Amino acid sequence: MVEIDAGQLHYRELNNMVKGAVAEGAEEIVLENIYGQRYIGSGIRKPVRIVVHGVPGNDLGAFMDGPKITVERNAQDGVGNTMNSGVIVVHGRAGDIVAMGMRGGKIFIKDSVGYRAAIHMKEYRKHKPVLVIGGQPQDFLGEYMAGGVVVALGLNGNGNGAKFTAKHIGTGMHGGLIFLRGEVEEYQLGKEAACAPAGEEDIALIRQYVEEYTQLFGGDVEDILGSRFVKLWPKSSRPFGGLYAY
Amino acid sequence: MKSYIIPEFLVDRDDHRCIRCEVCVRQCGFDVHYYDEEDDEVYVDENKCVGCLRCVTLCPTNALVVRENPTQVPGNANWNREVLHNIYKQAETGGVLLTGMGCDKDYRNYWDRITLDASQVTNPSIDPLREPMELRTYLGAKPDALKIGGRKGKASLQTALSPQLRMETPMMFSAISYGAISYNTCECLARAATEMGTYYNTGEGGLHRDLYRYGDHTICQVASGRFGVHADYLEVAAALEIKIGQGAKPGIGGHLPGEKVSAEISRTRMIPEGTDALSPAPHHDIYSIEDLAQLIYALKEATHWEKPVSVKIAAVHNSAAIASGIVRAGADIVAIDGIRGGTGAAPTMIRDNVGIPIELALASVDSRLRDEGIRNRASIVIAGGIRSSADVVKAIALGADAVYIGTAALVALGCHVCQKCYTGTCNWGIATQDPYLTKRLNPEVGTRRLVNLLTGWSHEIMEILGGMGINAIESLRGNRLRLRGVGLTQEELDILGIKHAGA
Repeated sequence: MVEIDAGQLHYRELNNMVKGAVAEGAEEIVLENIYGQRYIGSGIRKPVRIVVHGVPGNDLGAFMDGPKITVERNAQDGVGNTMNSGVIVVHGRAGDIVAMGMRGGKIFIKDSVGYRAAIHMKEYRKHKPVLVIGGQPQDFLGEYMAGGVVVALGLNGNGNGAKFTAKHIGTGMHGGLIFLRGEVEEYQLGKEAACAPAGEEDIALIRQYVEEYTQLFGGDVEDILGSRFVKLWPKSSRPFGGLYAY
Repeated sequence: MKSYIIPEFLVDRDDHRCIRCEVCVRQCGFDVHYYDEEDDEVYVDENKCVGCLRCVTLCPTNALVVRENPTQVPGNANWNREVLHNIYKQAETGGVLLTGMGCDKDYRNYWDRITLDASQVTNPSIDPLREPMELRTYLGAKPDALKIGGRKGKASLQTALSPQLRMETPMMFSAISYGAISYNTCECLARAATEMGTYYNTGEGGLHRDLYRYGDHTICQVASGRFGVHADYLEVAAALEIKIGQGAKPGIGGHLPGEKVSAEISRTRMIPEGTDALSPAPHHDIYSIEDLAQLIYALKEATHWEKPVSVKIAAVHNSAAIASGIVRAGADIVAIDGIRGGTGAAPTMIRDNVGIPIELALASVDSRLRDEGIRNRASIVIAGGIRSSADVVKAIALGADAVYIGTAALVALGCHVCQKCYTGTCNWGIATQDPYLTKRLNPEVGTRRLVNLLTGWSHEIMEILGGMGINAIESLRGNRLRLRGVGLTQEELDILGIKHAGA
């Protein structure tokens, strides 16, 4: 295990030290006193474990390909931006554009996330990105979503599932699935997203993700899965097929 | 619904010359020609002809003539044929009009209103056939000052330079995505760039694995859709380019329709086959210059600060201020694409009516960066309607470090500018994914043609430089005293920062 005190470090110095440690074969790197340093985990292509003590800065794990990052507190904007593979676990809340353009790997956020989460999330063959949000997502969740799975648990709402307040969910969606524990009104959805109560098969699909969530952050799987979920899916893989005059 | 659009072209076949070889039948992806065995006749459906001239070019007996149809809706200067056609088409479809290639409106072309200066007796010209001429160009941020050290008469550079792109000629191939163009076209561009010691640009469609071997000559784009953007792609590139805007469609995103997302396109863009590839104009993580800076540095961090990062915008009236922001955000290269910039598909009204000519944008950006004292912090690359080596020289004298060549490169490969790229049935095998059509562009032959084009232009640039008494392209950069306007207004001259001819 390698320990780095980041208290006085600029992000470039810090990330160089992290990359250096990875190059020397470190399997676990613990970062102490993180105060908003950006791009942690970016440019690393090994399944190294990185533990972040403090609040990391924007674009945590941007373009990340392999590492497992655990953040013990909140994270800021751009967590997992265009991430290819790996795991990010945030034991708090995260800011805007979580998982934007994410293609593979998993992100678990204990509490809520900001605006524009999972925008442009996509999948390709074995790359199937997963974003699990313990609390509430805000507006524009899963816009232009082209693949992957988003699960929002609304655990900071009432016991039997949240009343989600986000709007423009799944606008332009043409792939992937969004599961919301609780309820959502028609007006909150983009017109390209279809919506129905989740069935048994759907619950079976997300069970593993909820189990991973509870293993990380606590909670009762059956309690959570026992509530009502709604499922959002794209009405078409070609939502704008008829837009143009050829 | 019956179409009210009269065929744009007529196809005349000289029956005495036609040998019924059916080359025209096989060559036309738009199915204009068809052979009737019973009649032993080749018939044509002129409604489908786009005027690409593939059949005419390949007809072994020169039996074909394609000409503009003289019978047209009368129209007038205001309600001209194109306006009427557009209305008929939209009345039939209810869709957004699409078009391929750059803006074809007759906006003033400033390249053609600028002449170059030449040396005479007191400052003699240089003969490039016997004197060395330097076209080598480096793109990237240059330091404010150089510190030279050294010992015992040996000088050495002490300033650490930012990563630079080294090119042997100040021309690169523009961003054109795999998807908009065929794999063979991408290969031609990649190989020609490699052979000429310059670069081509992937556009936003990712980079096919088989082309990774040309990575040292590849600029990889990162656009809002982030298609095909992953660690390998970032690593293999010589430089990265964040695409914000495109000259053909400023403020408008890209859309590769699902039917064009074939198995190979799907593999390269890393999206499932048959789904729409949507890349809206805004990057959802860029709402400000600060956000742009964040993406620039994210890319630098992900690639260990080893590659220059370019930011490409469309030329708009506020380009100078935007470029200043881009430079301050840490970009090593500012790429600006003018209103005549090409495209595989753009909404026609946007292409023809949004943006400004690159000549004006270039002059104002270069002036602004100089005024602010930050011109050295980024290179300027321009694109959008560069048609000849003379345009290149004028662009460099107006302040560009290098130019991107798009349409001219495709024309070198056979494109006849029929402007139907968006149909995906390009008969020249360029803007298509149909395997039957793509085979028509032989990568060997295409590479040769592109290398020849750049070689010819490079020689011409040397000749022009020699005529101006300059032996290195570096010495011409931003040297507007060597330019003169002909027939331009004072305001135009002021924006271009040049004098009128005779002055």
